[in-house]
Amino acid sequence: MGQPRNKTMVYLTRKLEFSASHLYHNPAFSPEENKRVFGKCNNPHGHGHNYTLEVTVAGEPDPTTGMVLDLKELKEILEREITQRMDHRHLNYEVPELKDQIPTCENISRVIWNLLEPKITHGRLHKVRLYETPDLFADVYRNGVKPS
Amino acid sequence: MSNGLHIELGRRYKFAASHRLHSEKLSAEENSRVYGKCNNPHGHGHNYVVEISVSGTVNPATGMIVNLADLDAFVEQEVIEPFDHRSLNEEVPVFREQVPTTENVCMEIFKRLKHFPLARLERVRVQETGNNAFEYAGEDSADRRAV
Repeated sequence: MGQPRNKTMVYLTRKLEFSASHLYHNPAFSPEENKRVFGKCNNPHGHGHNYTLEVTVAGEPDPTTGMVLDLKELKEILEREITQRMDHRHLNYEVPELKDQIPTCENISRVIWNLLEPKITHGRLHKVRLYETPDLFADVYRNGVKPS
Repeated sequence: MSNGLHIELGRRYKFAASHRLHSEKLSAEENSRVYGKCNNPHGHGHNYVVEISVSGTVNPATGMIVNLADLDAFVEQEVIEPFDHRSLNEEVPVFREQVPTTENVCMEIFKRLKHFPLARLERVRVQETGNNAFEYAGEDSADRRAV
């Protein structure tokens, strides 16, 4: 699944922010286990974060436009797929793609990858980085693609 | 890992420490020429920022590659406690032999963290100031092990 390396490959990154609430709770665990494993993140009423998402697309610039893809197009994809779905939502209850998953950084970033990858038709999705806070983030790549 | 995706968890830590760049192999003039202000005999300090990335399988029961509490405790014990508010030259034994440049600090941190038993260490990035940062990902086969 490795991405072909090419001398003219350019990596373009677009950033967006969204705010959402979540909580960590596994119904298969006892209340004590939930508390032990998830700590404060298990508080029943949830809590929120300002998430920062960085989406990197790899591709060769089109010789006519000089663009890997039109940033307007990427912005619209991100608005439709991510902002409308996740911004000012409760991730546990309002985002069907996260149903039955603990909405950790790892799982949210994987869901974001799966939402975006098929929509990006100019260039290829290279990396998704999701910051939950400035000190905690997750990166997603296609297997075999060297992180950069 | 999960439907063909590679997922890494990144975490940022901070410590403040002093160091002095000085090599016993160089003359006083050479030390001064090579290291400039960083060679001042009493040393100076930085607020270091350490960013580490680990990979592994996302546990379906917890949604996590590794529980942050376990990762934080390991990094605290291996790096933050021994480095924070210390003189790297005087108080971290490896830097009696090596010059504590941020290249060497970055590699030393990688060496200390690569034994983390619950996930695979992918890379360490150390920011010495807002204007310079160093990254080390180990020597592929030697420093990485499957989890």
